[in-house]
Amino acid sequence: MSESVTDTAELDAEGLRSRTREFLASNDPATTDRGEFLRARFDAGLAWVHYPEGLGGLGAPRALQSVVDAELEAAGAPDNEPSRIGIGLGMAAPTILAFGTDEQKQRFLRPLWTGDEVWCQLFSEPGAGSDLASVGTRAEREGDGWRVTGQKVWTSSAHNARWAILLTRTDPDAPKHKGMSYFVCDMTDPGVEVRPLRQITGEAEFNEVFLNEAWIPDSNRLGEVGEGWRVAQTTLMNERVAIGGRPMPREGGMSGVVADTWRKRPEGADAATYDRLMALWVEAEALRLAGKRLGQQLAAGSPGPEGSAMKLGFARLSQELSGLELELLGQEGLRYDDWSLRRPETVNFTGRTAGYRYLRAKGNSIEGGTSEVLRNIIAERVLGLPAEARADKDVPWKDLPR
Amino acid sequence: MSPNLLYSTEEQDLRASVRDLLTDRCPPERVLERCEEGETGDPALWHTLATQLGATSLHVPDELGGQGASVREVAVVAEELGRFVAPVPFLGSAVLATSALLGCRAGQQRDAVLADVAAGNRTATLVVPLSSCVGGSFPTAVRAGEGRLSGSVRTVADGASADCLIVPARGADGPELYVVDAAEGRVAVDAVTSFDITRPVSDVEFDDVAGVRIADPDLAATVLDDAVRTGAGVLASEQVGVAEWCLDSTVEYLKQRYQFGRALASYQALKHRLADLWYELVVARAAARYAADQLATASDDAPVAVGVAQSLCARVARHAAEECVQLHGGIGMTWEHPAHLYLKRAKADEIALGSPSAHHGVLGPLVDLHPAP
Ligand SMILES: Cc1cc2nc3c(=O)[nH]c(=O)nc-3n(C[C@H](O)[C@H](O)[C@H](O)COP(=O)(O)OP(=O)(O)OC[C@H]3O[C@@H](n4cnc5c(N)ncnc54)[C@H](O)[C@@H]3O)c2cc1C
Repeated sequence: MSESVTDTAELDAEGLRSRTREFLASNDPATTDRGEFLRARFDAGLAWVHYPEGLGGLGAPRALQSVVDAELEAAGAPDNEPSRIGIGLGMAAPTILAFGTDEQKQRFLRPLWTGDEVWCQLFSEPGAGSDLASVGTRAEREGDGWRVTGQKVWTSSAHNARWAILLTRTDPDAPKHKGMSYFVCDMTDPGVEVRPLRQITGEAEFNEVFLNEAWIPDSNRLGEVGEGWRVAQTTLMNERVAIGGRPMPREGGMSGVVADTWRKRPEGADAATYDRLMALWVEAEALRLAGKRLGQQLAAGSPGPEGSAMKLGFARLSQELSGLELELLGQEGLRYDDWSLRRPETVNFTGRTAGYRYLRAKGNSIEGGTSEVLRNIIAERVLGLPAEARADKDVPWKDLPR
Repeated sequence: MSPNLLYSTEEQDLRASVRDLLTDRCPPERVLERCEEGETGDPALWHTLATQLGATSLHVPDELGGQGASVREVAVVAEELGRFVAPVPFLGSAVLATSALLGCRAGQQRDAVLADVAAGNRTATLVVPLSSCVGGSFPTAVRAGEGRLSGSVRTVADGASADCLIVPARGADGPELYVVDAAEGRVAVDAVTSFDITRPVSDVEFDDVAGVRIADPDLAATVLDDAVRTGAGVLASEQVGVAEWCLDSTVEYLKQRYQFGRALASYQALKHRLADLWYELVVARAAARYAADQLATASDDAPVAVGVAQSLCARVARHAAEECVQLHGGIGMTWEHPAHLYLKRAKADEIALGSPSAHHGVLGPLVDLHPAP
C-alpha cells in the first residue's frame, strides 16, 4: 500500500479514488490471479470501505464504496461474485462485526469476503419460520463447547457452505426470547447433515439441515449465552437491507427483462396489457428512485424507515412483472426449460426462462421475512399502530403450545 | 451530478413556513366552512402566500422580481398546499401561467405581466382544459386574427380568480400565445360547479377580444407543452401532500377509535392496508422529488421523470383518499368531515394534466416501449 495516503483526512471520494488507482497500479487485474487479487484488495482496505482498518475497510463512509467499485470495474478487475455469497456478505459479516471477538473477526471476515468460504443461515425450522424466536434446536453445554441437535429447513446454499450462522435454544425454561444463543457452525462437522429440499422451480436451491450432536467450540459463540435473539435481530435487519437495497440502473431488474420481451414481441401485446406493463414499469422506476433516495438518506446520516418499503415493493413487482412476462410470451409461456433436480450455486433470475422467473419470484415475499410480517413491522414500528395481542411473551418456551 | 432526492435545508425551511401559515389560516374546518358558504377561494390567504412568503415568485429569476429558486421549491409549496387542500390558485397562476410566461421570449409585455404575477399584484391562469396532457396537439378552440381572439375553452383551472389570461390560440401562421386582460368586456369567465370543491374551474369565452401576443408560432407549441409538463410534475408533489394527509389522519383516527373493545388500529387487516399505503407514499415521494429535480435542472430526463411521477402519484393519492373515506366509516361519508375534500381533490387530480393511462401513452415511446400495434 502507498504511504502517501494514510491519514483519515483523505477518506473522501478523491482520496479513495487515488488509493484505488494506486492499488490497481501495483496489482494489475490482468496479470494477477483472481483469488490473490481479491485477498490483496481486502488487505488494502478496499473490500468494504466502511469496515474498520485491518478487516477489509478503512473506516470511511459507506456511500464511498461506489467510488472504489467504479474504479475497479473500469479497470476490469474481478469481483467477489456477491450473488454467490450473499448470505455471508449481507448477514453473517455485519453480525460478526457487531458481536464477534477480535479473533472471530480476524478468522472469518477475510475468506468470507473473498468468497473462499461460503456461508449459510441456519435459522428457520419446521416449527419456527415467521415466529423465529420459537426455535427449538437445542444447544447443550459440554466441556469447552456445545452439542447441538435439531432440524433446520429452507437453508439456502447449505450444500456449498463452509460455515453457518446458527440460532439455537440454550435455555428452554426461559421465555422464548430470552433462552437463545447464537453460534458460528462448522458445516463440515460430522454431526451436520445436508439434504436437498426441492422447490417449486424443480431445483434445490435450499436444503434441510439435520444437526445431530454437532460440536461447536464455545469460541464460536457470537454474543453472550442467552443473548441470541439480540444478535439475530442484527442479522435480520441487515438481511432486509441486503435483499431490497441494491443500487440499480433504470430497468436494472425484472422490469428490464419484461420490457425487452415487450420490445421483441409486440404481437403478443394488446392495449390493456400495455397499460399494465407501463404501470408496473413506472412503479419499478419509482421503487428504484426510492432506493436511491434511501441511499442518500443513509449518506446524509439520517436513515429513514423506508428500507422496509424496499423489500415489500421488490417482492410485489418481481411477482407481477414475471407473471406479465409469461402472458406476453403466449404459446411459449406454456413451456418450461427444465424440471430436473439441480443444486445451483446462485439464484439467477435472468439466466433462465420466464416460467422459472415466475415461480422463483414467489419466494421473494416469503424469504427473509414474509410480506405479511413486513407489513406488521411497518404498521407497528413506522406508523406506531398497536402490536398484536400476544400470549407467548412471558411463558417459558417449553410450555408454549405448538 | 446525481439528482438530490431529499429536501434541502432551505426547502425544509420553506415547507415549515408554508405549513405554519396554513395550520393557522387554513385548517380543514375553515376550508369546509368556506365551501359551505359557497366561497370557492381564499383571496386573503393567497395574498399572504404571495406577498409574505413569496410563494408565487419562487422559480422566477431575480431580475424579474422573483427569487431565483427552482421548480424544486415550487414543488415543496405544492406539497404543503395539497396537504391542506388550500383553496388558492397556485396551480393555475404560480405554476401553469408562470411557467408559460417564463418560456416565452423576454420582452416588455411579457416581463411586465410576469413581474406582476410573481409579485402577487395580479393572478393569472393558463387557458386550457385542466385535463390537458403533455404531448397533445396544440389546441384549436381559440382562433387569433390580427391580434383579436375568438373561441371558448371549457374547464379551466383557477379561471375565476384570474386577472390575466394566458391563452393558446391558433393564428394564421400557426400556434401562438396571448395575454388577455380578464376584465375586458368581451371576455366571459363562467365559474362552473367544480367536482373538486377546493379547486374551482371555469368556462372561458372570447368574443373578438384584443390580446397581446407573447409567443410566435416558432415557440408557442413548445412553451405550452413545457408549461403543461411542469404543471404535471408539480402536481405530483401536490398529490404526495394529499396522500400524506389521508394516511396521517387515518392512522390517527384508527388509533383512537374503539370498537369491539379495542382500538381499530390494532386489527391486522387495517394495519396491513395502512402499511401498503405507506409503501405507496414512499415510492410516490421519490418519484415526485425526482420529477421536481429534473424539471429544475431542465434535464433531458425530465419528460420521463414527469411521466413516472404523475402517473404514479395520481393513483397513490386517489387510493389514499379512498382508503381514508372507507376507514373512517360513516363519518368519512359525511359532509362535515374533511375526508371528502381530499377525495374530490385526489380524484380530480388523477384526471388533471393527464390521467395515468394518458401519461403511460406519452411515457412509453420515450423509453422505447411502444403501444401495441
Ligand atoms: C427461497 C427461500 C429461501 C430461504 N432461505 C432461508 C435460509 O437460507 N435460511 C433460513 O433460515 N430460512 C430461509 N427461508 C425460510 C424463510 O425465512 C421462512 O420461510 C419465512 O420466514 C416464513 O416462515 P414459514 O415458512 O414458517 O411460514 P409461516 O410463518 O408459517 O407463515 C405462513 C403464512 O402466514 C403468514 N404469517 C405468519 N405470521 C404472521 C403474522 N404474525 N401475521 C400475519 N401473517 C402471518 C406468513 O406471511 C405466511 O403467509 C427461505 C425461504 C424461502 C422461500
